Amino acid sequence: MPTTTLTSPPGPTGLHHSKPSGLSLGVLLFRLRALIALFVLLGIFSVLSPAFFTQQNLIILVGQTAINAIMAVGMTFVILTGGIDLSVGSTVGLAAMISGLLIDRGLAIPPLGVAVYFNIPAIIVLCLCLGLLVGAVNGILITRFNVAPFIATLGTLYIARGTAQLSNNGATFPNLVGKADLGNTGFPILGSGSILGIPIVIWIMFVFAGVAAFVAGKTPFGRQVYAVGGNERAAELSGIYVNRIKMSVYMICGLCASMTGLITASQLVAAHPAVGESYELNAIAAVVLGGTSLSGGRGAMWGTIVGALVIGVLTNGLVLLGVQEFWKKVITGLVIILAVVLDQLQERLQQRLALKRS
Amino acid sequence: MSRTDQTPSPDPVVPPGDRVILVAEKITKRFPGTVALDQVDFTVYAGAVNVLIGENGAGKSTLMKILAGVDRATSGRLLLDGSPVEFKSTREAAQAGIGIIFQELNLYPNLSIAENIFVARELTRGGVVQHRTQEQVTSELLNRLEQPLNPATLVRDLRMGQQQIVEIAKALSQNVRILIMDEPTSALTAAETEALFRIIADLRAHGVAIIYISHKLEELLTIGDYLTVLRDGKLAAASPARLVNIGWIIEKMVGRNVNAPRHRVQTQPAAADRPVLEVKNLSLPRAGGGFTLENVSLTLRRGEILAIFGLMGAGRTELFECLMGQHPEANGEIRLDNRKLRKETIRGRIDLGMMLVPEDRQRLGLVQKLSVAHNITLANLRRFMTSFWLSERRELLEINAMIRSLSIKTQNPQQPITSLSGGNQQKVVIAKSLLTEPQVLMLDEPTRGIDVGAKAEIFEIMNQLAEKGLAILFVSSELPEMFTIPDRVIVLSKGRVTGEFLHDKLTEEALVLAAGARPQTEHPMPAVSSK
Repeated sequence: MPTTTLTSPPGPTGLHHSKPSGLSLGVLLFRLRALIALFVLLGIFSVLSPAFFTQQNLIILVGQTAINAIMAVGMTFVILTGGIDLSVGSTVGLAAMISGLLIDRGLAIPPLGVAVYFNIPAIIVLCLCLGLLVGAVNGILITRFNVAPFIATLGTLYIARGTAQLSNNGATFPNLVGKADLGNTGFPILGSGSILGIPIVIWIMFVFAGVAAFVAGKTPFGRQVYAVGGNERAAELSGIYVNRIKMSVYMICGLCASMTGLITASQLVAAHPAVGESYELNAIAAVVLGGTSLSGGRGAMWGTIVGALVIGVLTNGLVLLGVQEFWKKVITGLVIILAVVLDQLQERLQQRLALKRS
Repeated sequence: MSRTDQTPSPDPVVPPGDRVILVAEKITKRFPGTVALDQVDFTVYAGAVNVLIGENGAGKSTLMKILAGVDRATSGRLLLDGSPVEFKSTREAAQAGIGIIFQELNLYPNLSIAENIFVARELTRGGVVQHRTQEQVTSELLNRLEQPLNPATLVRDLRMGQQQIVEIAKALSQNVRILIMDEPTSALTAAETEALFRIIADLRAHGVAIIYISHKLEELLTIGDYLTVLRDGKLAAASPARLVNIGWIIEKMVGRNVNAPRHRVQTQPAAADRPVLEVKNLSLPRAGGGFTLENVSLTLRRGEILAIFGLMGAGRTELFECLMGQHPEANGEIRLDNRKLRKETIRGRIDLGMMLVPEDRQRLGLVQKLSVAHNITLANLRRFMTSFWLSERRELLEINAMIRSLSIKTQNPQQPITSLSGGNQQKVVIAKSLLTEPQVLMLDEPTRGIDVGAKAEIFEIMNQLAEKGLAILFVSSELPEMFTIPDRVIVLSKGRVTGEFLHDKLTEEALVLAAGARPQTEHPMPAVSSK
């Protein structure tokens, strides 16, 4: 009996799919399109601007990318389950404002008439927990009340932003250096400090991305995330706790967003209630550019990092070339649309390869 | 050359006088990396039922899509009434009189029957859709098909079988000369199938050419006039139906002789053996009154294969769903290894030893975006963990073992699951279930949509599993399967157990009668056997 008509060379275990031999090179290049785009852009900007490919600029570039990349890592988990989280930008702002509040004013306990001042590590932990909380709210709306992720996180977007603004009546918390006698100095180190010459922000990005890649690729949780995104009902019948997975990914996303909020506040040494506005779009763009499918079930963490770098390189390069802010917006928008179109093409390619069985 | 001086042979000349309406000549269809059809010749006779047979992957659907204008051939040509034609769209094919009814129905669930039938061809006057006229025409069509439904009913409120009737009505309303039907009876009751055959006879008498695709081989010989067999994208054989038998068909389809599944010599479980599964008075209330399942009881021992026979809508799938814990509102008692099951989650039931291979493997059994390997290990990932991560080495060991023991045809477990044939995909779902080390394995229509070769393999797998001590429950609508595999057969009809038969006391009449028994007006068939 002749064997199946599709032949596929054994692929490295990291890849989720392998390819028919007739198409190997083309499909491989297509799948690596984000990486190719990154190198192309690096090449173009290096040629067009002498200041681009310098150590100083590259560190700045990766540092700027890191902020988006950390959010995008969390967003990747959500999108892998077929969902979306529009509230991350507001969570960034909320975390920034709460960190500012805790540094500037401390936690007021009216009955006792005192304000508790935490040290910086404690504040960081508290704000990260805040991110988990926002994620949990999203998760409950989506799993318990069956609200579509788009709507649920849109609502949280407004609620979180409103809360951020309420926290100081719309005003900024300036000068977050802290006071030595309160024990809350050192906040700016998070966003501006370095270890071994590399900014702490970049280290954080690597840690987050590394842990996320490991979890997604090598743990049962990660496998279950892909299954839920690929076919929720089949996952459920295979004994996967679908609701738990969904809750978890939104909480992870909230956590990453709050980390970004802390970093932003630390870098500005101030907490502004509008911080993080429209950050979610860059996060989603990075995920989609990196090859993760918006319908869920397909994608990889490294792709998200590449996607974030593509956006980072674009932004940095266009600034160095002195391109107007508005053109940057147009170009970024076009790149995002192109990414989604190519994503759809990839879906259709997969389907057509599968249809050959009929 | 006349009929009489030819010795009957599998590939004789066409008898003179039967008019050819469509010829597909040397049709080749290439996809990137594969050839789906290779120089296939296919002749369609007017006023006859032209049957197209082949295993999954043989190219039947591809060929039909080309005839119906959905796809275009890479090379070759179509001759309609002797003249070459090319269809650039289904509309062009429809205008030429070719209609197709897909196995996966193409209906809009949110629209009414009449709206579905007239979609894209609405009857209008002055730009306004004439719903009343459309519904009138629809009613006439439905009556002709012996299904007096209200044409304003929304399609999503119809049973699968009724939806199929709507598709047929739609094709009829377009005055087809050639009607392609892909697995039309897979979701029909016996009565609906009879009605369909009457309609087909009617169309035949009016000169319409029917192209009929089905896996139900006995059916094909009953209504087929001409048979064409495809294998691996090539034409394997063509013959008038009356000259051949099932053995011939199978041989041409598969290229080898496939034996009917053996009934294994049972190791009769000792009467003293405690049953591994006991269901007592299971009832599932239906929203809106009545019961989907009413006082269903059964027992199952290790090493036994129990079949559940019945028509669509009898409650068989719902019975499995209750056993898997999906219906907390069900009443009654379920005991697994003498342990009463309560309101566990699906995961809970799986961990206790129940596992289900669902009826609809695409929708419920597989995750299409994952690889074969990841689908196989999906239900029991904990098994492969070292500390807190997955050991790919251990996974691969067990995956390969499963692939070998179930003979899953795949080049590489990292392949996407969608690149496997239906039969092999089903084996993957079975492999996934086996890795949860179940005590009771439930299979819902395990051989639906699977070719003959793979069907036999799956039955053999079931036999071997039972021999190793697994208790197996399987649902099937195919009468012949009741006589080969199971040790016992239970019949469900409208939610009630209406018969229970031991293997050696089984007759077709008894089964069919029990399946159609109406509990309110007739007494259910008494159990022919004890135990």
